[in-house]
Amino acid sequence: MAENDIAIEVRNVTKSFKVYLDKGAQLKERLLFRKRSRYEERKVLRGISFDVKRGEAIGLIGHNGCGKSTTLKLLTRIMYPDEGTIKLKGRVSSLIELGAGFHPDMSGRENIYTNAAIFGLTKKEIDARINEIVEFSELAEFIDNPVRTYSSGMYMRLAFSVAINVDADVLLIDEILAVGDANFQTKCFNKLKEIKAQGTTIVIVSHALGQIEQICDRAIWIHEGLIRAEGPPKEIDLEYLDYMSRKMQEKNKSEEDSSDSEPSEDEAGKRWGSGEVRIRKVRSFSADGSEQNVFRTGEDIRLTIDYTVKKPVKDAVFGFGVFDMNGVQCYGTNTRIDKQPDINISESGTAEILLRNVELLGGEYNIDIAIEQGEGIPIDYFRQAYRIQIISALGDVGVSRIEHTWNLKR
Amino acid sequence: MSTIKELYAYRQMIFSLVKKDLRGRYKGSVLGFLWTFINPLFQLIVYTIVFSKILRNDIPRYYLYLFVALIPWIFFSSSITVGAASIVAQKDLVKKIYFPRMVIPISYVTSCFVNMLLCFIVIFAVIIVTGAGINFLAILTLPVIMIVEYIFALGMAMIASAVTVYFRDLEHILGIVAMAWMYLTPVVYSKSIVPEKYLPLFNLNPMTHIIDCYRTVLYEKQIPDLSALLWAAGLGVFFLIFGAFVFNKLQRHFAEEL
Repeated sequence: MAENDIAIEVRNVTKSFKVYLDKGAQLKERLLFRKRSRYEERKVLRGISFDVKRGEAIGLIGHNGCGKSTTLKLLTRIMYPDEGTIKLKGRVSSLIELGAGFHPDMSGRENIYTNAAIFGLTKKEIDARINEIVEFSELAEFIDNPVRTYSSGMYMRLAFSVAINVDADVLLIDEILAVGDANFQTKCFNKLKEIKAQGTTIVIVSHALGQIEQICDRAIWIHEGLIRAEGPPKEIDLEYLDYMSRKMQEKNKSEEDSSDSEPSEDEAGKRWGSGEVRIRKVRSFSADGSEQNVFRTGEDIRLTIDYTVKKPVKDAVFGFGVFDMNGVQCYGTNTRIDKQPDINISESGTAEILLRNVELLGGEYNIDIAIEQGEGIPIDYFRQAYRIQIISALGDVGVSRIEHTWNLKR
Repeated sequence: MSTIKELYAYRQMIFSLVKKDLRGRYKGSVLGFLWTFINPLFQLIVYTIVFSKILRNDIPRYYLYLFVALIPWIFFSSSITVGAASIVAQKDLVKKIYFPRMVIPISYVTSCFVNMLLCFIVIFAVIIVTGAGINFLAILTLPVIMIVEYIFALGMAMIASAVTVYFRDLEHILGIVAMAWMYLTPVVYSKSIVPEKYLPLFNLNPMTHIIDCYRTVLYEKQIPDLSALLWAAGLGVFFLIFGAFVFNKLQRHFAEEL
């Protein structure tokens, strides 16, 4: 590989943050309370090295606090590493803090000029791009109004359009495409692919593994400040998901005892009912029987509900509901609606629901579980009793995939 | 060297920050941009009354003698006192995106500089109206003097703004320093009345030479003493390089400190 094919070179980078317990920035405070300026040093990156080739797209994955966002901030040069070196070639644009430097009283057009100037563009370069930017933002009719009159969606659209149209050599993205409506997101996504095809180097930090699989050539999994694995996104994502669901299981195990019978404090407001029967534990399994809570769109999911009985109940009804993170109910039903025979619960046991071909799209989903009596008297209604994560490798948008075939004849 | 290249690439940002600063400075005030002139004019009136009517001196046209020194002085002192807070004031930008951080003090000092240039219009108006006269050959050296002062002010502003990020008291300390510095520079009085034994100290101060040059050109209508100008230029360049060095060292942790 030729030397100049490398766009980003990261070598043995470490970074720690001082977490001040009580910080005084004034002279008086510094002198009088010298002891108070104590801090803890938290090492976020413990020596990371990687290269990114020109035109390559990589995705940084890892759980919260693993150091992936810090890595991105070091790449943007907002912060500097404690040790090690980072080399970047060419103009860098970042979709990290969209709209930083926007002035609410200035018009959209003026803000495009100031914002693009912050990315290091000259007036001439901005003049050449302004039409493209305005067109992409779909804000042509509002472009001469002050930005304070914009909705937050319009604001983000304008900011995104500027950042993505600066023709950077390296594009850094944190949690892409939380911008605007589904239409605009798709548009942004396509634009990213187009930019990539033009040879721009892209680094993405995201929780949306599906998006990383689509755009990136390589995924890097950062774990506790070190690179744990890197390689083709599909493989790394699986490894990561595997690890995450194993970790989730461990967590569930330790919580098992505490989630018994009486409602605990964090369940307040999330759980109600007469309490003759209590939901003890919810678990989910994949088609091959392994316990996990991360699935791909279209997979079968087997949910099991362990319950304990304090007093036998007649005419019990089991129900479940699936909600997305915005609280929108995606689906809900119960044994009565489904015309199941009446259930008389007399001793503790396990109920099972097999969800076939779950076509939910990527994201996290909360599951409510309910045990009711007769015509809807709650025995144990448990909101957000369980959470699953769905990974979607395609770029389709919405809540659920609708099976379809295209029939395009000329 | 790469810093200069990068700053050149970001010239549009400097330009737009200067514009924003000049436009926003007196926003919302009734007299608006007129304050650019009113403020120094009132200072001029006060000093003139105090130093020529009450304390009395025998300098002819004292108001002009003072005016040509006061305007450049105000440029310098506002560059360092208000310039000190410039990085802190732009912390939202600094914490969020990358750009060469020097852009901030540069654009702040530049906007003060533009303000001074505007005030020079008034100076020339006063010179013409009062019939004090101009030496055109001497005027040609004026841009050089201005550039020397700009360089020196920029160097100081870089140090002040970077240190203020870590030590916020500096902003207020500098207010006092600027006042003391003004009285230790021959602005309201003439260098000739400085006692002999203090002269070497005064000569160390680049502002002594800079103010002196302005006065020689605009008041005495002479070509300034080139050795004094050179000395000031040398000190100015030294402080600029030193300031840039300090700034570069300190800017690495701006995002964490703000």
